[in-house]
Amino acid sequence: MAFYLAFKEVWRNKGRFLTFSMVIALITVLVLFIAALATGLANANKQYIDNLDADLLVYQENVDIQLTSSRIGESRLNDIRRLNGVADLGLIGFASGTIVFTDGREELDISLIGVQPGKPGEPAILAGQGLRSVRADEIVLPQEDAQRAGIKVGDQVTIKTIQGTEEEFFDLLVVGLSTPQQYFFQPGGVLPLETWDEIRPQAPGSGTDQVIGNIIAVKLEDPALLELMSSRIEQYVNDVEAADKPTAILALPGYSAQQSTLSTQQFFTFFIGVLVVGGFFQIQTLQKVGQIGMLKAIGTPNRIVASASLLQIIFVTAFGVFIGGAGTLLLALSMPAGIPIVFSGAAVIASIAALLLIGPMGGLVAIRLALRVEPLNAIGL
Amino acid sequence: MNNALETIKVRKEYGDVEVEVVAVDDVSIQIQPGEFVGLVGPSGSGKTSMLAMLAGLLSPTSGGIRIDGQAVEGMSDKELTRFRRQKIGFTFQANNLIPYLTALENVEMMLRLNGTLDKKGKARAKTLLDRLGLSDRLSNLPSQLSGGQQQRVAIARALIHDPSLVLADEPTASLDTERAYQVVETFANLIHEQKRAGIMVTHDLRMTKYVDRVIKMVDGQVVEELNDSKSIAALAAGTDREQTKTNGKAEAKTTKMDFSAQQLNYAAAGGD
Repeated sequence: MAFYLAFKEVWRNKGRFLTFSMVIALITVLVLFIAALATGLANANKQYIDNLDADLLVYQENVDIQLTSSRIGESRLNDIRRLNGVADLGLIGFASGTIVFTDGREELDISLIGVQPGKPGEPAILAGQGLRSVRADEIVLPQEDAQRAGIKVGDQVTIKTIQGTEEEFFDLLVVGLSTPQQYFFQPGGVLPLETWDEIRPQAPGSGTDQVIGNIIAVKLEDPALLELMSSRIEQYVNDVEAADKPTAILALPGYSAQQSTLSTQQFFTFFIGVLVVGGFFQIQTLQKVGQIGMLKAIGTPNRIVASASLLQIIFVTAFGVFIGGAGTLLLALSMPAGIPIVFSGAAVIASIAALLLIGPMGGLVAIRLALRVEPLNAIGL
Repeated sequence: MNNALETIKVRKEYGDVEVEVVAVDDVSIQIQPGEFVGLVGPSGSGKTSMLAMLAGLLSPTSGGIRIDGQAVEGMSDKELTRFRRQKIGFTFQANNLIPYLTALENVEMMLRLNGTLDKKGKARAKTLLDRLGLSDRLSNLPSQLSGGQQQRVAIARALIHDPSLVLADEPTASLDTERAYQVVETFANLIHEQKRAGIMVTHDLRMTKYVDRVIKMVDGQVVEELNDSKSIAALAAGTDREQTKTNGKAEAKTTKMDFSAQQLNYAAAGGD
C-alpha cells in the first residue's frame, strides 16, 4: 500500500520529482568529485610512502618527522640492522629532477628516489626488471607516467638537476616500469642510492664520505611488535626517531591540511544535501496537510503514511544518486590525465552510501510532520 | 430494527476549567440503516464536532457512541483507524480525493486499505462509478474532473467498502445549485438502496430536500427534529423560494420557521 501510494505520486508528478532528483544528482557529482580529488591528491602526496614494503620509518631526531628535513646516514643503518626483530631495512633519499627530451616532447618533472637495490624502498616492478646495483646508472619509472611520456624499458633518459647554480644532465637507462609511485605530487623515479647521491641537486663541495638519505625504511620480523620496535630503535640508536606509516603520511608536507580541507568540503556538501532534501520534502508535506488528514480520516494507518513518505524520499534520492554517479563516470572519462582525480572503490562506495542516507536523514522532519498531521484536518477542525 | 448509529448523551467540551466551551451538549440520536439524515445548524452549533465524534476523529468528553452496536468511545487510536476504514464512509468539503490517483483508483483505495481489492471489487468500483455517470472518467485524475464529478467519485469511495455509516461534511459547499442537487440526490438514492445510515452536515437547507430526517443543532444541543416529508420539503422549498441571485451569486435571505438566518448564521449557499 505504502509503495503503491509512493510510486503513484512520484509517477504522476514526474516533472517535479525528476527536477528534484537532478538536484540530488548534482550534489552526487560534487561529492564524488571531491572524494576522487581527495583520493587523487592524497595519492599524489603519499603513494610512494603508502606502498613502501616497510613497517617503520626512521627519521633524524628533532625534525618533527619531517621527511625533507631529516638527514640520516649509512652509519645509522648499521646500528638499526644489529637490533633484534629487524628483518630488513633500506636507506631512502628524496630529491627532485626533470626528464628532458631532445625530440621536443614536454619535460617531465619527477621525484628522484634513491634506494638500495633489493632492500625496502624498491617498488613493485610491472615490466622490465629492478635495479641491479647500488652504483648503476639506471632508473625505474612508474609505468603509467612512462607510457604517457612515451618512455619504454631500455630507453635512455636524460635527467636534469641543479648542481650549485648550474644545470647538469645525467643519462640513465630505464630498466623497469613500476606500479604508480607518486611522491610530493610528482611521479617517483627510483634509482640506485649512490647514483641518486651523485645526481641529486646539491651545493658544490657538500658531498660526504657516506651517502646521506632522508629516512630508513625498516621491515620487522613481527609487524605486531611495531610499538616495541619503535621504542627499541629510539632507545638503542642515537639521534633517531621512528614512526609507523600512517603517522609518517600524516606528517607529509601539506597532507593533513589538504585532506582536512577536502573532508570539510565533503561534510558541508553532505550537510547542504540533507538541508535541500529536508527542505523539499518538508514543503511538500506542508502542502499536503489536508490530503494527509483525509488519508488518515478514511482509515490509513500512520505507518503507511510514514512509509509512503520514506519510500518516496528513497526513490528520488536513489534515482538522483544513480544519475549523478553515471554523470560523474562520463565526466571522469572526459577529464585530462593530469588532473589528480582517482575513483577508489572504497571512497566511491562510502560516498554513495552517505549520499543515499542524506535523503532519509533530510526527510525525517517531513516524515515526522506527516505523522503529526491530525485526521481532523480533513474536516477543518 | 437495530440502530446503525446511536449516541447516548454525547458531550464534548473544549478548553480548560477557566474557559470551558461546550461544543456538544448531551446529544442522543438514533439512525436506522437506510436512513439519510441532514444535520443542520448555524456556525458554532456543534455539527462538525458531532460529525468528528461520530467518525471517531474526536473523543467525546462523556457519553457513548454505538455504530453497528460497537462502542466507539473506548477504542484505541489503532482500533479507531481500523474501524474508520471498515465501518465508515466519508465525503469531505475539500481535499476529498487523492490528487495523484485516477477516479477509479480513488474508489479502489478503500478496498486496498481493507485488503479486499480483488476482481470483484474492481468490477464493483467500475459499476458504482458507472452508476454515478462517470464511466468515461475512470482514468481521469481529480484535476481533470469538475467539482461535481469529484464529489461523485468521493461518494463512490464512501460507499464501495459497504460501510455501516456514511458521513458527508458539507458535500455541496463548492458546487453550483444544479450540481449540488444532483450530488445529494444520487447520494440519497445510494444510501437508501444500499441500506446504509447516512448523515450529511450542511449549511444549505435546500439540500435537505433529499433527506429523511433533519436534525437541527444550536449551541451544541439538538433543538428540533423534522421527520415528516412534508415539513422537510417545506423547509427545503422555503429556503429555495427565498434564494435570490445577486451579482451572479446566490444569497440567502431570512427564512421562515425556526431556521432564521440570524439563528443559523446562514451563509450563502449554492454557486461558487
